[in-house]
Amino acid sequence: MTRRRFESGVELCLRFCAGLSVLVTGGIFLVLLMGTLAFFRDVSPIDFLFGTSWTPLFFNKQFGVLPLVAGTFLVSLIAMVVALPAGLATAIYLSEYAPRAARRTVKPILEILAGVPTVVYGYFALMFVTPALQQILPNLAGFNALSPGIVIGIMILPLVSSLSEDAIHSVPTALREAAYALGATRMQATLRVVLPAALSGISAAAILAVSRAIGETMIVTIAAGQQPRLTMNPMVPIETMTAYIVQVSLGDAPAGTLEYNTLFAVGMLLFANTFVLNVISNVLRERFKARYA
Amino acid sequence: MSAAFHRLWRTLGDRLLQVTGLAATVAALLVLALLLVDVFADGLGRVSWQFLTSFPSRRAASAGLFPALMGSLYVITLTAILAVPVGVGAAVYLQEYGSQGRLARLLEINIANLAGVPSIVYGLLGLGLFVRALGFGRSVLAGSATLALLVLPVVILATREALRTVPQEVREGAYALGATRWQTIWTLVLPMAFPGILTGVILALSRAIGETAPLITIGALTYVPFAPDGIMSPFTVLPIQIFNWVSRPQADFRVNAAAGIVVLLCLLVTMNGVAAWLRDRYQSRGGTT
Amino acid sequence: MIDTTAPSVRIRMPAVTVRQEQGAALTPVKITAEQLSFYYGRKRALEDVSLNIHANRVTAFIGPSGCGKSTFLRTLNRMNDIILGTRVEGSVTLDGLDIYGPSTDVVELRRRVGMVFQKSNPFPKSIFENVAYGLRVNGMVGSRTELQDRVERSLRAAALWEEISDRLHEPALALSGGQQQRLCIARALAVEPDVLLMDEPASALDPIATQRIEELIHELKRTYTIVIVTHNMQQAARVSDTTAFFWLGRLIECDRTDKIFTAPGEKLTEDYVTGRFG
Repeated sequence: MTRRRFESGVELCLRFCAGLSVLVTGGIFLVLLMGTLAFFRDVSPIDFLFGTSWTPLFFNKQFGVLPLVAGTFLVSLIAMVVALPAGLATAIYLSEYAPRAARRTVKPILEILAGVPTVVYGYFALMFVTPALQQILPNLAGFNALSPGIVIGIMILPLVSSLSEDAIHSVPTALREAAYALGATRMQATLRVVLPAALSGISAAAILAVSRAIGETMIVTIAAGQQPRLTMNPMVPIETMTAYIVQVSLGDAPAGTLEYNTLFAVGMLLFANTFVLNVISNVLRERFKARYA
Repeated sequence: MSAAFHRLWRTLGDRLLQVTGLAATVAALLVLALLLVDVFADGLGRVSWQFLTSFPSRRAASAGLFPALMGSLYVITLTAILAVPVGVGAAVYLQEYGSQGRLARLLEINIANLAGVPSIVYGLLGLGLFVRALGFGRSVLAGSATLALLVLPVVILATREALRTVPQEVREGAYALGATRWQTIWTLVLPMAFPGILTGVILALSRAIGETAPLITIGALTYVPFAPDGIMSPFTVLPIQIFNWVSRPQADFRVNAAAGIVVLLCLLVTMNGVAAWLRDRYQSRGGTT
Repeated sequence: MIDTTAPSVRIRMPAVTVRQEQGAALTPVKITAEQLSFYYGRKRALEDVSLNIHANRVTAFIGPSGCGKSTFLRTLNRMNDIILGTRVEGSVTLDGLDIYGPSTDVVELRRRVGMVFQKSNPFPKSIFENVAYGLRVNGMVGSRTELQDRVERSLRAAALWEEISDRLHEPALALSGGQQQRLCIARALAVEPDVLLMDEPASALDPIATQRIEELIHELKRTYTIVIVTHNMQQAARVSDTTAFFWLGRLIECDRTDKIFTAPGEKLTEDYVTGRFG
């Protein structure tokens, strides 16, 4: 019956479309793996993962990736120091204190913060935030980790805020009411009952935000510099994993060379990090939903 | 501590929390305003017809956005053509055909994970797969294919949401008349879900138009003195042009960058505005197809 | 629903009483259910239901909420197939052919056995397009004039034509509740079914609209076989020729309507129709 065959044909097509998503994940993994393996033919994994000097494009080539990791870590840390408290405070305010009209207007505006292209944030970090900070901190270099860190924090603030708010909202009203019935103020109820109850949801939000911060590229490329440095000093130029990938891409390393393969080795490290963080975040979120759904 | 003091302390603490929260919210909004004011102050003056239609140049004053705008147009159009059928198809499969089983659950988790992969990693995928393995080179096609994969999770999720809003009784009514599953989807469900899908697609594309890193990685050029002349041509896009100008030390180029940002933001506002307008229109109409 | 996972439930189940109609000419049997059991996953919703539905008669299914009457109705056109995890045992035959057999075309079955739902569900299209929908998807019409002709005939058969002939191309959702339900009936009739299944068709309607639907049913039975599920016993008494009483997933009694409501064979039936439990 041709109608039946047509129907199964359509279903097959659609299943293929859905399966394509699996192919994408596989593709990412495969491309990164092949490049990484090619890289490890010339550089030992130990040297890569534990070396402290990263000079692949210089004459005296060194391939220790720790400076890049340190740069990424430093910037992300600063971003979280900004985003986590502020995002949480915003979430608490919007869900526990704010009048409904305020909530309705503020939330979309916060979402705009998340929608601004990162190139624009990079410009803002370089042209506004760094000079402004230099007024307070005269030792601040033109390229540094502090400025992009702060700006990344602002960029991921809506993420922390809205996910935390969802978590806080999911806490049953019964719990809040029990606290109030015992005479607690809003602050006491929030800090001692609601937040602990929402903890795994908020943690999931925080971990997801870290993952975003780690993967952020253009803000650091524009404002953080291109000097790989194993340091925790936020006032000097550094280079993150993502900025390095951009640097090589802008250059003209021929395909198949060692320099070219560093792209994939660093990319694999980046992907592995964000993937693990995303998985942890999802697991936490599922557990949270299971408890309160 | 006396009871009265304790009460005072508690009330103070409550106020403090409220004020902190309010301050954080206001601060975030203030930063956004600051960013917009700064960019517009720097760049608005530079935006002109000449700016939009000129080619890049070593002299800042005569440099323009034209190739970048054309490149963005080409790339976004091709991205939409590639991403929408696949994304809608995948969502239709997940939502309408066997959405229970273990396989569907696995696919859902996979799509959620893909949404969290950094965009530059997609660029590396594009580099290895499209530029090298499939031999597209550093072309519009490679760039669009990469971005299509990047926005695929967004399209899938938005389409699933739109499909969910179609009431089950419509499907049942069609089945009861002897319609097949695909007939029902094609003639009833998709038309009803269309506004929601369109909104999702526009939002996905507005994300794509601001993407810089993946396109740099697949080899979009930063100095392109010509508009693309086909899908296999080298190209640049608006955010990369902005990046190129911001990276130059001369102050005049920084002004160009700001002007480029103004144009980009205006484009985004327009796209999101259209999406929001569509969403409102769909909700008020209640749907007559 | 009988929860077979709770062994402590022990009720003395009366045997099914299916009496043959006496006297009045028996029309041929259109649909036969034979030992039909139905499962939602592991829960058994219907247990060994066997009955005959005669052509050109109105058969009513009555019983308290959750007794399985709607579930049984939906097995007659395999609408339950849409729900995942359901299972059928036993057989249902339409004109002698097992509808759950491997060679059955479900899509064609649903054209022959039409359904009208409790809450009217017109498509978000015009009145005309609603009625034309079934004709289009089944490829039943060639020309525009033939289509218009059939749409008009269906709307007349559903007693709706007079009211809306001048606004055929306006949205169906603008009609009143009663009109929407008659539109759904017209839509179902357009594909020329043999049987019309109606799942509480008037429960969402006001008394006047309900009366019109009931009059319509009386008209329609001359051409179609009608099966109606209703929780309104008076409606069943008014409208049907045969009544089947369901309780907890079993068919308790099936007989001529006047007998069910005046001299039922089972105590349980008597208790239900006299309102001793609801």
